[in-house]
Amino acid sequence: MPAVYVVADNIYSPLGATTAQNFEQVKQGISGIKKHHNLALADEPVYVSLFNSNEISNHNSFKYSFFERLLIVSVEDVLSESGISATDTKTLLIVSSTKGNISMLETNADDPDLKDRIALHTSARMVAGYFGFVNKPLVVSNACISGIMAILTGARLIQSGQYENVVVVGADVISKFVLSGFQSFQAISAEPCKPFDENRRGITLGEAAATMILSSNPKYADRIKVLGGAVSNDANHISAPSRTGAELAHAIERTLSIAGLLPDDIDLISAHGTATSYNDEMEAKAIALAGLDKVPTNSLKGYYGHTLGAAGLIETIISMQSLKQNLILPTLGFETMGVSNPINVCTTLTSKRLKTCLKTASGFGGCNAAIVFSK
Amino acid sequence: MYLNNNIIAYCTIVKNVVYKNEVPVFENRDADLPAFLLSAYQHFELSYPKFYKMDKLSKLGWLASEMLLKDTAIKDYQPEEVGLILSNANASLDSDQKYIKSVSDIPSPALFVYTLPNIMTGEICIRNNFKGEDAFFIFEKFDAGFIEGYVNNLLDNNVLRACICGWVDVWGDDYKAVLFLVEKGKEENSIPFSKKNLDSIFDDLIIDKV
Repeated sequence: MPAVYVVADNIYSPLGATTAQNFEQVKQGISGIKKHHNLALADEPVYVSLFNSNEISNHNSFKYSFFERLLIVSVEDVLSESGISATDTKTLLIVSSTKGNISMLETNADDPDLKDRIALHTSARMVAGYFGFVNKPLVVSNACISGIMAILTGARLIQSGQYENVVVVGADVISKFVLSGFQSFQAISAEPCKPFDENRRGITLGEAAATMILSSNPKYADRIKVLGGAVSNDANHISAPSRTGAELAHAIERTLSIAGLLPDDIDLISAHGTATSYNDEMEAKAIALAGLDKVPTNSLKGYYGHTLGAAGLIETIISMQSLKQNLILPTLGFETMGVSNPINVCTTLTSKRLKTCLKTASGFGGCNAAIVFSK
Repeated sequence: MYLNNNIIAYCTIVKNVVYKNEVPVFENRDADLPAFLLSAYQHFELSYPKFYKMDKLSKLGWLASEMLLKDTAIKDYQPEEVGLILSNANASLDSDQKYIKSVSDIPSPALFVYTLPNIMTGEICIRNNFKGEDAFFIFEKFDAGFIEGYVNNLLDNNVLRACICGWVDVWGDDYKAVLFLVEKGKEENSIPFSKKNLDSIFDDLIIDKV
């Protein structure tokens, strides 16, 4: 099967408009998470990583929603710089999002057209039209693993020969819908999130968009490669993770096997690390079950919050920068080991020769995903 | 190229009729969707208390999967060998709208949990102990060509040995579910897994069984 190369990438977040800007901020320990008292979001002040509302005004805001503008802004420069053509029949657009335009339920009149305006396939079609993609775009919406699933789907569509290039873009907007929902689950932390810490009290949400351009074209053979990935289901509970972590461990083991790697080959793990009690506990168990408990592991949620459909993409892109710069990022918010199965949580900015990174995620519906990429 | 993979069974629920392999097995024409789903559950004497707390999308997908898998050898597979590749147009919008109405009062976690389409996948996995790969895609219309390519890829690369795939969509009383059980081998009445056959079954046309 052909190799899949990462041609170019972008993170558009409250921390910066490019991958380089984002990595510089994160390297300095700067977080996008701030306390916001915004009555449109919640009655009480809450920690979230949000864009300034006027930040993205350079696109026609009457035609495109905020969500669609995020997708467009994230794709625009990186696509033109990559030299890959949207109008090539061998190029596909994949959009990853959990809730897309759902805030329109709060802001728009309830008319018969609203259903189609909210639909993710509408946003995908509009964004594809903006850039002139000739192939019908694909939309992945599979809870918090959407971003990794979108990368994996893109890689498979390239490996099976259906496409040569895939532009994967993910985004989610934080509105009252999403925030109140996680609050109703008592899942939102009163402080910025503390992944894997013994005093972790839940999730902090964040908004962002991110793009990865994948290709099998050998002219990109010097770039980072996506080696493979896998998805599994807990078959246990619709909103609580597996008690054992066996299913995520299975997805990790399959990923290593597909990539022809052994646990010792993994230099870095970018965990999901949402800082809920159950997620981090399950994830640590899974990492240990897969024989990876000694591997340096971080969660980037302390910098970005949980960016939902963008999370898998952002965390993969930041971790690719870690590989390129041989630099392991600390887990912002983590102080004391708070999972029963200790894993090697990174706490300081560390220079180390890095080649291969494993990225994991889990989400509602019992879904788990893992992907591995290498220099 | 993919002649080895076959549709072992299929189930359609549309316009208040349940069809298993084209044969109508239940109908209740006058009911609204919740009443219809409950009447089908009772008619088939299913016993699964979790059914009652599901949203309409999960109830519809779950019922279709129960009918699809009835009298099949799905239990012979290991949990990791069975997966679900599902799609629809409206994601979880029907439940999203119910949830947002609860927010001005007291946001309901029981409603919020159903505001993702892949919760339906999770419900089917929990019922059957399916632990293989799942994925949820959003299309304006059923995309048989994509499903054919994606599922063939999973089966041919031994990611899965059996795959439940198809379409489950709900918006108000408007709904349609068409699920296919696809396996690597052939059975007596199986149908070649092809875009043409998926489309024919989805649109209730004559199926080319050769």
